Formats: sequence, C-alpha cells, structure tokens
Amino acid sequence: MPRDVNPADFRGVWVYIEHRDGIAAEVSWELLGAGRGLADSLGVELAGVVLGHQVEPLAAEAFAYGADKVYLVDDPLLAEFRVEAHARAFTRLIETYRPEIVLMGATPCGRELSGTVATAVAAGLTADTTELAVNPENRLLEATRPTFGGKLLATIVCERWRPQMATVRPGVMPRPEPQFRRGGSVVRASLDLSEADLVTRVLERIREPGRADALEKAEVVVAGGRGLGDKRNFALLHELAEVLGGAVAATRAAVDAGWISRDHQVGQTGKTVRPRLYFAIGISGAIQHVVGMQQSGLIVAVNNDASAPIFEVADFGIVGDLFRVVPALTEEFRNRLRGAVGSASSGTGPVGERSDGGGG
Amino acid sequence: MKTNFPVIVVGAGLAGLAAAYTLARSGVEVLVLERGDVPGAKNLMGGVLYRRPTEEVFPGFAQGAPVERRVTRQSFWLMTGDSAITAGYHGGEWMDEPNAFTVLRARFDPWLAARAEKAGVRIINETTVTELIVEGGRVAGVRTSRPRGDLYADVVIIAQGVNRLLLEQAGLAPPLEPREVAVAVKEVIALPRETIESRFNLEPGEGATIEMLGQATRGVVGAGFLYTNLDSVSIGVGVLIHQLVETKLNPNTLLEGIKSHPMVRRLIAGGETKEYTAHMIPEGGYRSVPQVYGDGFLVAGDAAMLCNGIHREGSNLAMISGKLAAETVLEARAEGDFSARTLSRYRARLEESFILKDLKKYENTNEFFDHHPEFFRLYPALLNRAAHEMLTVDGVPKKEKQALVWKMVRRSRAPWRVARDLYLAWRTLG
Amino acid sequence: MNIAVCIKQVPDTAEVRIDPKTNTMVREGVPAIVNPDDLHAVEAAVRLKERFGGRVTILTMGPPQADKSLRRALSLGADDAVLISDKAFAAADTFATTYVLALAVNKLQAERGPVDLVFCGKQALDGDTGQVGPGLARRLGLPVLSYVTGIRSVDPAGREIVVERKLDGWREVLQSRLPALITVGKELNEVRYASLPDMLRAAEYRLVTWTAADLGADPNSVGLRGSPTKVSRSFTPPSRRGGVRLIPGGDTDPRRAAAALADVLMAHGVIGGRGEDSPARAATTVRVG
Ligand SMILES: Cc1cc2nc3c(=O)[nH]c(=O)nc-3n(C[C@H](O)[C@H](O)[C@H](O)COP(=O)(O)OP(=O)(O)OC[C@H]3O[C@@H](n4cnc5c(N)ncnc54)[C@H](O)[C@@H]3O)c2cc1C
Ligand SMILES: Cc1cc2nc3c(=O)[nH]c(=O)nc-3n(C[C@H](O)[C@H](O)[C@H](O)COP(=O)(O)OP(=O)(O)OC[C@H]3O[C@@H](n4cnc5c(N)ncnc54)[C@H](O)[C@@H]3O)c2cc1C
Ligand SMILES: Nc1ncnc2c1ncn2[C@@H]1O[C@H](COP(=O)(O)O)[C@@H](O)[C@H]1O
Repeated sequence: MPRDVNPADFRGVWVYIEHRDGIAAEVSWELLGAGRGLADSLGVELAGVVLGHQVEPLAAEAFAYGADKVYLVDDPLLAEFRVEAHARAFTRLIETYRPEIVLMGATPCGRELSGTVATAVAAGLTADTTELAVNPENRLLEATRPTFGGKLLATIVCERWRPQMATVRPGVMPRPEPQFRRGGSVVRASLDLSEADLVTRVLERIREPGRADALEKAEVVVAGGRGLGDKRNFALLHELAEVLGGAVAATRAAVDAGWISRDHQVGQTGKTVRPRLYFAIGISGAIQHVVGMQQSGLIVAVNNDASAPIFEVADFGIVGDLFRVVPALTEEFRNRLRGAVGSASSGTGPVGERSDGGGG
Repeated sequence: MKTNFPVIVVGAGLAGLAAAYTLARSGVEVLVLERGDVPGAKNLMGGVLYRRPTEEVFPGFAQGAPVERRVTRQSFWLMTGDSAITAGYHGGEWMDEPNAFTVLRARFDPWLAARAEKAGVRIINETTVTELIVEGGRVAGVRTSRPRGDLYADVVIIAQGVNRLLLEQAGLAPPLEPREVAVAVKEVIALPRETIESRFNLEPGEGATIEMLGQATRGVVGAGFLYTNLDSVSIGVGVLIHQLVETKLNPNTLLEGIKSHPMVRRLIAGGETKEYTAHMIPEGGYRSVPQVYGDGFLVAGDAAMLCNGIHREGSNLAMISGKLAAETVLEARAEGDFSARTLSRYRARLEESFILKDLKKYENTNEFFDHHPEFFRLYPALLNRAAHEMLTVDGVPKKEKQALVWKMVRRSRAPWRVARDLYLAWRTLG
Repeated sequence: MNIAVCIKQVPDTAEVRIDPKTNTMVREGVPAIVNPDDLHAVEAAVRLKERFGGRVTILTMGPPQADKSLRRALSLGADDAVLISDKAFAAADTFATTYVLALAVNKLQAERGPVDLVFCGKQALDGDTGQVGPGLARRLGLPVLSYVTGIRSVDPAGREIVVERKLDGWREVLQSRLPALITVGKELNEVRYASLPDMLRAAEYRLVTWTAADLGADPNSVGLRGSPTKVSRSFTPPSRRGGVRLIPGGDTDPRRAAAALADVLMAHGVIGGRGEDSPARAATTVRVG
C-alpha cells in the first residue's frame, strides 16, 4: 500500500471485536463505546470487525454496543486465533474498505494482530493508549498514552498515513449500555486462504485455572500495599472485600513481596480497573499504581502518612493506622449491610467474587 | 581463553583507575575487576576532589570531566545546638585557578573509567573478586564470583577501598578495628541551582564547603559536612565507630540533628532528598597502614588506609598512591621481578611523597582526641557562649563582659588545663 | 542453527524523572539497561545454539552507546553483535524501526547464510509495547509466535518448532515452521550469570556497525521521516480531581471515622444498593463459556 495516501479516501471508524470461541473480550465493547464518540464527531459510520468461525451472533452484540455496521469474515480457518490468517483477513478488509481509524484492544492478541496489520497496510499505530479524541477539523486521531512508566503522557497523531490505528488498554474506556434492539448492516467477506497456505497450527488450547478477569469486573475493589506489612494481614482486606462483595487487589510492592499473586496487581504493569469504589489501603500512590485505578468511581484512601500522594487522587481519605481503621470499616459496613442487602453475602453478590490468593 | 594478565587491578575506584590508567598509558595490558554495575555505583564521597593531584594522574581532566562546582569558599563551623562560631576562607583566585571541585562520584567515576578504557584499560564490571590466589607464598592471581572465574597475573594491585577483605582473608592485614574507621552517612538533597547560589552567596559555578564540629557530632570525635553541587547539596556526618559504640549514638540521628540545626535548616529548606548512603572512611592514620606490598601484590588507596581524616583528603591519596603503585610495577616489569624485593620500592615512594609524610604528621591525632573529648564537647560550647557574651550589646561594659567570660571558662575547666590542652593540640596537629 | 536476536537499550524506567518544566525525560544519570525481556530472548537463543550448534547474532538499532548492551548480550554467550546506528535513524517509531531491522536481518542472511529463528523481547520498557516483533515478522515474511513462555521442541532438520504461550487466561501450544520470529518475556527462562571468559570476550569483541548506507536504506523510510506517528505533545498526568475529603478520627476514633465514611459512601450510592445505578456495568449479560 502506498504511503502518503490521500486521507480523504479513507472514511469510517473500525473496532476489532476480539473474542474467543465467539465470546467477546470486554475491551471490544469498551472500544465500541469510544469509537461511537469518535465516529459521531467525524460524522461517519462506526463498524465492528468480526473474524472467526460461526461467530455471526457477535454482529448482533456489536450493534447493541453501538456499531452501525459489521464486517464479518466467517471461515473455519479463523476458528482459532492464528495471526497469519486473521491478519490476512483484516488486511484485505482495510485495503478494500479503507477506514480512517482502526481501534483494537491492547491485549496480547490485539497487539500481535495490530503490529502485523499496521505493517502490512503501512498504517501509523499508537500502542497502549488510554485516551482517544479526534480533531473534527483535520480529522486526526489524537491518541494519548503513558510513557516512561506512566510518568509522562504523550499525545500521538498520524498525519499523512492511513488508516490511523491504535490499541487501547482494556478497562480504561467505559463500556456502553447495550441496546439489544439496535440493528445494523453486515458486510460479509471471504477469506481466500486454504490450510496449506498457513504454517502455524494451534495444537492445544487450555483454559488457565483462576479467574483472570474477576478483578476487572468487580464493582468494589479493596487494594492493599506495602503498608500491610505481611502476607497474613491481607486477611483484613479479604474480610472487608467479602462484606462489600468486592475483590482484593494489590500494588506491585505487595506482589513482589510475595503476599499475593501477580494477577491481583493493579497498575501500569498490572491491570487497569474502574470499579465504582476503590479502597487504597496502605498504598503510597505511586504513579505506576495510580494509572491503573484512577478511573474508579470513588477512591477511598487509608494511610497513616497524611502526606502520602494517594491522598491527591482519593475522594475520601482516612489518615490513620490501617490495622485499626480497616477492622472498624469492616465492622461498620457489616452492620449496615446486614439485612439491608441480603444479596451482599449471597453467592451471586454484587458482581465480583471473593478473591483468592495471598490471604489466610 | 586467556587467563593470564600482566596486571590485574581489584576495584575501579579512584586508586584502581589511577593505577590502571598510568599503566595503560605506558602500554601495559591491564585488567580491572569491579563489583559494581558501573564504576562509581558503590562509591560514596562527600566529595571534594582536588585539582592538582587529579591533574597529575589524568592530565587535562578538568576539561570535560563532570565536576559540579569550583570550590572557592571553605568554612568551619564550631557549633552548639543553635549557634556557631564560623571561620572561613574565600579564595577568589580559586575560580580561575581551581584548587578543588565538588563531585558526585556516581557521575564522575564512570567518566574517569571511560577515559581509562579509551587509553586501553579493560574494565569488567559486576564481577567481585572473592579471594586472592596464593601459590608458593606469592599472590598469583584472583578468584572471582563468576563461573570459570580464576585469573592469573604477574602482579595484583589491590584497590578495593576501605573494606579490604581480600587482604584480611589472605592474612595480609588484620581486621579493621572500630577505632580505625569512621562511619559516614550522607544525603544528596536536590535544590535549584539559583537557590544554591543565592543561599551560599555564590557566583554561577562557584562552590562552597562547610565543615561542622561540636554539636554536629554531639561532641563525638568526627565532623559534619555540607558541600554544594550543581543542583544539589551533599550533607553528611562522619564519626569514629568506637565512639558511636561507646555513646550508643546512631549516625542517622546525628545527621538528622545537623539537618535541623537552625543554621543548616535554612540552607537545605525545600530540598528533596535524592539519595541516602552510608560508607566507611579509614581513619587509622599512619600507624594503621598495613603491609602495602609483597610478593606479587601492591595495595593502594583506602585499602591501604591512605586517607587523611583531618583534612578530608582521601581521593588525592588514593589516586597518587595508585600512580605510585603503577610506576613501581613498570620498574618491576623492566626488571622482570615481581617479588617483594622490587615491589618494596612502592613503600619508599609513599614515604617520600606527601602521602605518608602527612599521615605521619598527624599520627597521634586519634589517640589525642580520644583522651581529650573536650575539643568536641566543652570547647565548642564555651567558645560560642563567650562569643555570645562579647557580642551581645546590653549596656554591660566590655571589661565586665571579659571578666564574665573568664569566670565562665574557669568554672568549666582550670585555666592551666585549657593552656595545656591547646599546647597539646598544637603539638599534635600543628 | 543461525539465530538473530533483536535487543534494545532502554533507560531504566525505575530511575527516570521528568523535568516538570519541559515535560521531557531527564536522561542525565539514568542508567541504560538492556530491555529486560530481551535478555531472556538472548538466553533462549544461546541455549538453542548450545544444543544444535550454529551462531547467535545480536542486532540493535540505537545510538553508539548501545554498544554496552551488545556486550552484555555477548557475555551471555552470543557469538556476534552488530550495532545498527546512524543519525538518520533517530526518532523512529515501530514502523520505521522494523524497516531497518528487516534490512539488517536480510543483510545478515546475505553475509552469513539464512537465519532459522529471530528472537525479540515481547515488549520494550521505555515506550513502545510489543509491536516491533510482529511488524518485523511481517516484513520478513515470517510467522510470528509472540508471548512465548516455553519452547517445547525445535527440529532444525524437519524445519519445525513447537512453543507454548499464555494469553489472557488461555494457554496455547502452537506449532509452526522454521524460519520463524519469536517474542519472549521473563517467564521463558532464567538469564544465566555470565562466566568470566565470556565477560572478557564480550569486553574485547570488536563490534561491527551498520549505517543506513551499509543497509541500502531508503532515506525516506527511516527515522522521523519514515515514521507514520508523531508525538504532538507530551505532558505530566494531571492530578485526578479537586481534592480529597479527609474523614477525621482515623487516629483517635477509627469507629467514628468508619461510620462517617459509611455515611458518605451510602449517600453516594456506591454501597448499600446493588449495582443498578452503575452506568458502566448494570444489567450486562456476561456469557461465560
Ligand atoms: C516500570 C514500573 C512499573 C510499575 N508498575 C506498577 C504497577 O503496575 N502497579 C503498582 O502498584 N506499582 C507499580 N510499580 C511500582 C510503584 O512505583 C511503587 O513502587 C508501588 O506502587 C508502591 O507500592 P505501595 O504503595 O504498596 O508501597 P509503598 O510505596 O511502600 O507505600 C506503602 C504505604 O503504606 C503506608 N503505611 C505503612 N504502614 C501503614 C499503616 N500501619 N497504616 C496505614 N498506612 C500505612 C505508608 O505510609 C505508605 O504510604 C512500578 C514501578 C516501575 C518502575
Ligand atoms: C562520606 C565520605 C566523604 C568523603 N569526602 C572526601 C572528600 O571530600 N575529599 C576526598 O578527597 N576524599 C573524601 N573521602 C574519601 C575518599 O572517598 C576515598 O579516600 C577514596 O574514594 C578512596 O578511593 P579508593 O579507590 O581507594 O576506594 P574506593 O573509591 O572505595 O573504590 C574501591 C572500589 O573497589 C570496588 N571493590 C571493592 N571490593 C571489591 C572486590 N572484592 N572485587 C571487585 N571490586 C571491589 C568497589 O566497588 C569500589 O568501586 C570521603 C569518603 C567518604 C566515605
Ligand atoms: N531499536 C531496536 N533495535 C533492536 N530491537 C528492537 C528495537 N526496538 C525494539 N526492538 C525489539 O522489539 C521488542 C519489542 O519492542 P517494542 O515493540 O518497542 O515494545 C524489543 O524487546 C526488542 O526485542
């Protein structure tokens, strides 16, 4: 594909609908939400790109989350995620339909695919962004991403090359409210490949034990840091989380100390969460941690150092010894929620599950 | 793989680099082994670096070396809890003809190492020498922490700094005694350049040093210091270990005390502590200098106790001793003899130079102060009170004030004892 | 087996500070290190060489100071190292980077025979995140196997490789053909503690430098000019919001503080009720397979 293309030849905002076996990754819907806004400011269509086998139902879901159109390539060769095949299908779609913006999740598959596709179509690719905007005048995508360990944010544009591609961190954009009566058009394309053209095969695929995403889905997150001082003290957080039907998370310092497993880490090198309520307990508030939780609805900090930076991001703060404050909170919430909300302690709980690991 | 080198140097500190550089410039192949990630990573110094001795080893270093400021003001503060008698020297001519620079070793050492490498020195970092290989009664090489890590050499120059474990292990030096070493703690506190210049009354590029006695060490033998770097100040305190043990004081407490002294507090206000380090300083002086040569080895720098605590000189002794060691090796090579007989000329060279002459001059100092704690406790307080009395304008006639001061002095210590103290101090230090 | 490993020298982000006035990185005094994932790539390559024979060549595109990183890689047992360095390469984004790296791999193949495997780290610390490996594979026409956590088998004669990788809650076993490009991280192996002879060899190794001209690179495809993306502005993260409301009593009366906090949280509707009022999450059907 030529570089220095005519940007006017490219129209529309696309979102890659990542999935496994037809079950979409959350980030796909988050991106449709973000893409909707971009498409509206540019006055263009928002399209979902669905690649897979027997994945037609995903198109309906994509409409529900805001897509006007879905480009669908349904082929047995796409049943497993093989970047050779998926990149080929995606590249063809881009070359044929010329979108101006393509968004993908910054997941392992999304990164592998975007790196391949962007190279194939000579597109500008901004990786791992956390903020997206368009300038309606010059139609440029302004993609903002943290650099240098989150200490700096950079806004990146791609002036002359098209499409403008970006991967977006999961959990950063809000997921829109689905409207299941919403419809749209499906554009089907075929994959002109045979198995013989492919060199990679998936021999096995095993679900890893452990709930990889319970933390991202939790409405209440109780996070602890080095201030807890010891692995055993995470029990305090588990108790509080259980009362609130939330999940337990941690800083890297706590994870590195071996107090809790790595899939509980929130932050730049961990997960991004945006629960309604986030407790930061014994956490100093290093920027690398804050980037992973700053979009939470409300943030409550408990720290015995009134000058800890966490109080700069928190909405509510309690300056005090967590070993006295946390049990008091657990007690207080338990009393208030008892009776008021039977479901808080029933198995179905207000989303999220009791977290494992670390405590006890 | 080659495992034999003409010369191996242990430690890429100032002494080691000086030795290696001098050898490489004479065309000798030399390998330096350094345990830090980069040279300087583990080094800590106040630090004032003197121009002439550095120049002598690394000609023209001042052009291009990452030094901080040219020292033009040196002060001494005799402190009590909230006051100080200050004395100092402002050498305007030192701006054009620098005498000393402040440096940050983490910045300076890598530069020096790069220069040595350019001259042909090989430096292997992240490699600790774990023991000396002794064969047939002579040091034949070194064993390192790395797999397949034995290396042999005609001569090994030990420049591993104050913690001379290799010598101790090989029975070449006794374990350090608490009275021979001071422990120093130091903080580097970041401040804007302009703030430093206005607070210390400096022109851009000029630097100041302050040495603090008395309350700075709570009367323990030692001193506090404050040096200006470009965008930071180094503040710290060094005290003899046995005195800390006896008084149960902790160096951090002393440093916190200095930092909160009203005269110091305002100099560092608003600064952000960037690093905190602790290190030992060899202060045993002349009598503690171990055997500095033997069959197949030489010892230079702090490892040989070559440090002058009274004048906070160490870097220059380290570099010059490294150079003298290298010169001795060159002679030994010319004669093809690396036995103690030839290498003993190193000790002679040290004796002839300012290094051992200076250390000899002060050889009784530690002992003296040990027996005369009043120099760090009583006198600073007394002098401050006297100054306060004399300088306070309150209608009391000066003559009466003098009488008052004398009375105060007499009450604290008999005049003949004061006279004797001063005489002895002059004998020891003067 | 002939193996090429792409490594990058990066500033140790743990030590990076940002100048609040200019919003640029203070490079002064920040140690440069080999991107941690890349060391695991070198280790993996050297282990394969030790098993099957062949040569491991390290490639890095970077400033002349990157020779330190090349020597670090050599000390782990790599045979050769090439510094790809030219002023024209400055400010390359991933697209321009993979262009140059692809030319370098091809030059390597022209000079020393075909490459069986190319290794990259899974992502670089300093900014870009995992795009170079897939992009380079695409330019070289190789299959990419990224996020590899284990190499199960390599069959140089049968031209086949089987690897394991982990992706968001799944573990996969992939089989592919040689040559291929693999990206790896720290789960793959332990990086060895280099032997002293290897340290010495690395220190003495005479590095080769390839410039834009050596590679025959198109001047419009390298560096800033060859990069589709440009930084339009950089800034320090804004502080999150107006300010914290401190709940008193944390020190003196934690129970009172807890009660006060519970009051405000209930008033905000974040606890007590169910999730209905949550704009982002309510009523979503999460299908779990
Ligand atoms: C490249 C890079 C990536 C990183 N990625 C991440 C990441 O993804 N996630 C992450 O979290 N970190 C990350 N970090 C690390 C981050 O910089 C911080 O070091 C870390 O977040 C600090 O964790 P902490 O707040 O638990 O510990 P600390 O900073 O040690 O804070 C502990 C806090 O507990 C308080 N405290 C102590 N005792 C009590 C008590 N009894 N009661 C109440 N309060 C108490 C203290 O006042 C202090 O504020 C990263 C760093 C780098 C360089
Ligand atoms: C707080 C403080 C302030 C000071 N202020 C001043 C001052 O203002 N002016 C002044 O002139 N002097 C000052 N000094 C003294 C001066 O720093 C030393 O005298 C000087 O650094 C000694 O140099 P050296 O090469 O002998 O040792 P070092 O500089 O200590 O170097 C020794 C090197 O050997 C390495 N090493 C150690 N063991 C091994 C091993 N087993 N294998 C491999 N490598 C090893 C170390 O990592 C280090 O790099 C100060 C010292 C301190 C602690
Ligand atoms: N300038 C470069 N030179 C050589 N290899 C590189 C360079 N930049 C990136 N890489 C390789 O690509 C990997 C991923 O980098 P990135 O896509 O920047 O996260 C790194 O771990 C390296 O293996």
